[in-house]
Amino acid sequence: MATGALSDFAKPAPPNQDKRWRLVDATMRRLGQHPRGLIETLHTVQEAYGYLDEEALRYVATSLRVPLSRAYGVATFYHFFTLKPAGEHTCVVCMGTACYIKGAPQLLDTVKRDLGVKPGETTSDGKVSVLTARCLGSCGLAPAVVYDREVAGKVTPHGMREHLAQWKTP
Amino acid sequence: MNRPAANIKTLKIDGRDVTARPEETILEVARQNNIFIPRLCELKGLSTVGACRLCLVEVKGSNRLLPACVTRVEEGMEVTTSSERLDGYRKAILELLFTERNHICSVCVSNAHCELQSLAQKLGITHVHFPYRYPVVAVDASHERFIVDHNRCILCSRCVRVCEEIEGAHTWDIMGRGIDALVITDLNQPWGSSESCTGCGKCVHVCPTGALSEKGRSVAEMLKRRQFLPYLTLMREDRE
Amino acid sequence: MTPEELEQISESEHEAQGKFAHRVNVCVAAGCLSCQSQSVKDALDKDITRRGWEGRCQTKGVGCMGLCAEGPLVSTDNGTMYKGVTAADAPEILDSVESSPIERLLCPTDVPFFQRQKKIVLENSGIIDAERIEDYIGSLGYGALIKVLTEMTPPEVIQEVVKSGLRGRGGAGYPTGLKWSTVAKAAGPAKFIICNADEGDPGAFMDRSVLESDPHRVLEGMLIAAYAVGASEGFIYVRAEYPLAIKRLRTAIRQAERMGLLGTSICGTRFSFRIDLRLGAGAFVCGEETALIASVEGKRGTPRPRPPYPAQEGLFGEPTLINNVETFANISPIIRNGGDWYAKIGTEKSKGTKVFALAGRVQNTGLVEVPMGVTLREIVFEIGGGIPEGRKFKAVQTGGPSGGCLPAELLDMPVDYESLARAGSIMGSGGMIVMDESSCMVDVAKYFMDFCMTESCGKCVPCRVGTYQMHRLLESITQLEGTPKDVALLTELCDLLKNTSLCGLGQSAPNPVISTMRSFADEYKAHVEERRCPAGVCGNHRNSEEPA
Repeated sequence: MATGALSDFAKPAPPNQDKRWRLVDATMRRLGQHPRGLIETLHTVQEAYGYLDEEALRYVATSLRVPLSRAYGVATFYHFFTLKPAGEHTCVVCMGTACYIKGAPQLLDTVKRDLGVKPGETTSDGKVSVLTARCLGSCGLAPAVVYDREVAGKVTPHGMREHLAQWKTP
Repeated sequence: MNRPAANIKTLKIDGRDVTARPEETILEVARQNNIFIPRLCELKGLSTVGACRLCLVEVKGSNRLLPACVTRVEEGMEVTTSSERLDGYRKAILELLFTERNHICSVCVSNAHCELQSLAQKLGITHVHFPYRYPVVAVDASHERFIVDHNRCILCSRCVRVCEEIEGAHTWDIMGRGIDALVITDLNQPWGSSESCTGCGKCVHVCPTGALSEKGRSVAEMLKRRQFLPYLTLMREDRE
Repeated sequence: MTPEELEQISESEHEAQGKFAHRVNVCVAAGCLSCQSQSVKDALDKDITRRGWEGRCQTKGVGCMGLCAEGPLVSTDNGTMYKGVTAADAPEILDSVESSPIERLLCPTDVPFFQRQKKIVLENSGIIDAERIEDYIGSLGYGALIKVLTEMTPPEVIQEVVKSGLRGRGGAGYPTGLKWSTVAKAAGPAKFIICNADEGDPGAFMDRSVLESDPHRVLEGMLIAAYAVGASEGFIYVRAEYPLAIKRLRTAIRQAERMGLLGTSICGTRFSFRIDLRLGAGAFVCGEETALIASVEGKRGTPRPRPPYPAQEGLFGEPTLINNVETFANISPIIRNGGDWYAKIGTEKSKGTKVFALAGRVQNTGLVEVPMGVTLREIVFEIGGGIPEGRKFKAVQTGGPSGGCLPAELLDMPVDYESLARAGSIMGSGGMIVMDESSCMVDVAKYFMDFCMTESCGKCVPCRVGTYQMHRLLESITQLEGTPKDVALLTELCDLLKNTSLCGLGQSAPNPVISTMRSFADEYKAHVEERRCPAGVCGNHRNSEEPA
């Protein structure tokens, strides 16, 4: 209900001059600056910036009049959202059922051994982030891995090791 | 307008004939008739979420157990609030809560005034037969008057609801999901630095355990005062 | 848009396509795209230009042809299909359209994998260009919508769906017609339609394929549903992990709006309907209707107790119809051919066809659509071509984390809602994972419990803490450190979660454990009594080094 108090509400200014905030603003406008646009807006932020930091969450929450704690609760409920910047490269190991029984655990072991990181972590040099996916829907190609948005099918630990080695060399 | 008689439902709870208004839940009617149904997430004056599953009851003709806190009464309903099966489930659920965080009653501010503890005693739980989880979770004493101790939290969400529904601040919410879920203030920041918290203390007093307490209380000293909740609810209803 | 105009678009599309002497279809759905099928199409186009065949041979990017493991797949107008095609093969393929097929790349289509299927949902997949509405219209698309708008009343549309016997393809199999009539009867100032495209089961990709191959079919199904129940706004809740499906849906919505098939006063009638996308953000629990609604409303996707049901109080508190992609994809053929036609396919209680994503240890992995009631054996051994490398079949998993593992003894069971439920599994959305003797069933149970634990929203206690406890027990059993007491605890928790959890996720989370305990009790026994994993997967036996 548009009461006097709400119509007086002023949308905050973006945190800085970065042009990507315009994309975020456009999404919020498209959704009528309504609290129910929160998830869509967070998608736009993550697409533009790669992750959701506190500044962005605060800006989106106050612009959409969503309580801060709710915005944080939503951002951490959905696994697609990340609050930390990703590494230079990302390696997503699919953990769908077909991939699991066709060797995805061995691929994860390879990552752990070669990079020393667990899923959800980034190597200390910031080069590679390792993630797992619930299912990429590429079960016909199991086991599948996404290297920087490129889906690779029927991946072997050996093939994966070679791919990761490419990324490690400067 | 229907005749008043048509607006009254008659049903049986544990073999007793009781009457109720159609909008009432099984739990409300049981309470009016001094029939005990255990629950931890429900609190009169707050919205119901059906989350703790302790108030599940058997209803004749339904093959599922139904949560008494959200199930409306129906004409001719036959409700059983206690049985070997129900008690078994309730004990198991309480035990799971005890394994989830670190509930050490002997050193807790809410010892002897804790809803979790008293329910466990009432249901005769003497030991927990599932392995304990022993998570490492924080205690936040940054607020000038209150403390949140996640070791004692059972994620009932009463604090979240009272803050949103009664105080209107929505300082609390839940972050993460599943076993990793935690109650947070604002952007998961120290409670003392929260911009939205009014310091009203309602959350502290609706909390069923020692998770939220006032500073300066020692073991077993934290008594929760809840008179404000029915009072505020009633006053606000009258104004409408 | 009038019926005449639609007819005209269809005719000119046929005419335009008929001008070409030859056509080469290249699969550009996600499976083949990740094997570089786009470069195959580009190479074909380039070679057509080089030959000066522009007016003679057309290449078309089409949707999924089904045999995803053999991609990229290419088919020509003389019925030949090629597998594992590379860009370098382009000239040879173009040569072949006027001569004999290339033996080297040939993918035989007279085999059970293709012959035993019955395509209704996938009738256009692999045939039409998903990014051109004209191609859909040329394949009878939007004819059903025009038919209901011009010839049928909303109750008649619902009656037709009731007659068809169609049941929800998202998992539980609730009768679609009944759901529609409940929403139609519900009173509310506004009603909503939601298409659940948040395909969450690991090991299922049917919906993704339909969205990528034939998005207009889903829009048409939603439009017909909206007309039938009196809704004016719809949302497609689609996984953010499916970028290609999202792109093609956006294109399809734009095209339909431009043609006046979506928007206000559709086809000159008083019926108005618009569709918007909402992106899922990785939460399996959002497959549960009330959690899905919370998510569309921009909130944490936690379920709430029912009643009230979404059909009465759903999105924004208004009556809401939720069906999944495959359910909507069945609607236009039902309207076109009549409910009676559909009801003749399948079994007494499970009508029509079901699309399965066949994967795992099976020769032909990919997408298959079969009439309800075929046996598991037919699917796994005839259509699927059996187990590769001469290994022995062990189990087939259906229904994902809410389903169960069916052993060899049940291979002759017909696949329908009731039979699967009786066997301790569920139809689910259609994932079908074949396992051979190299899989340990306790390990598989642990895998699914890990999934349920990670995906539990945490709202209710039994699911939040129970899945954690069950996972921990299974972990210790698969590390060969478990005891018979652990198995007893596991059994107790199965019963607790099933009967006390708030939503379907928690209630069905024990299914993979219950079904493996029932059919593979000896494996559990070997783990806890002999501290040994018969399949050699668990404990120290796990060989994570690849064979040299």
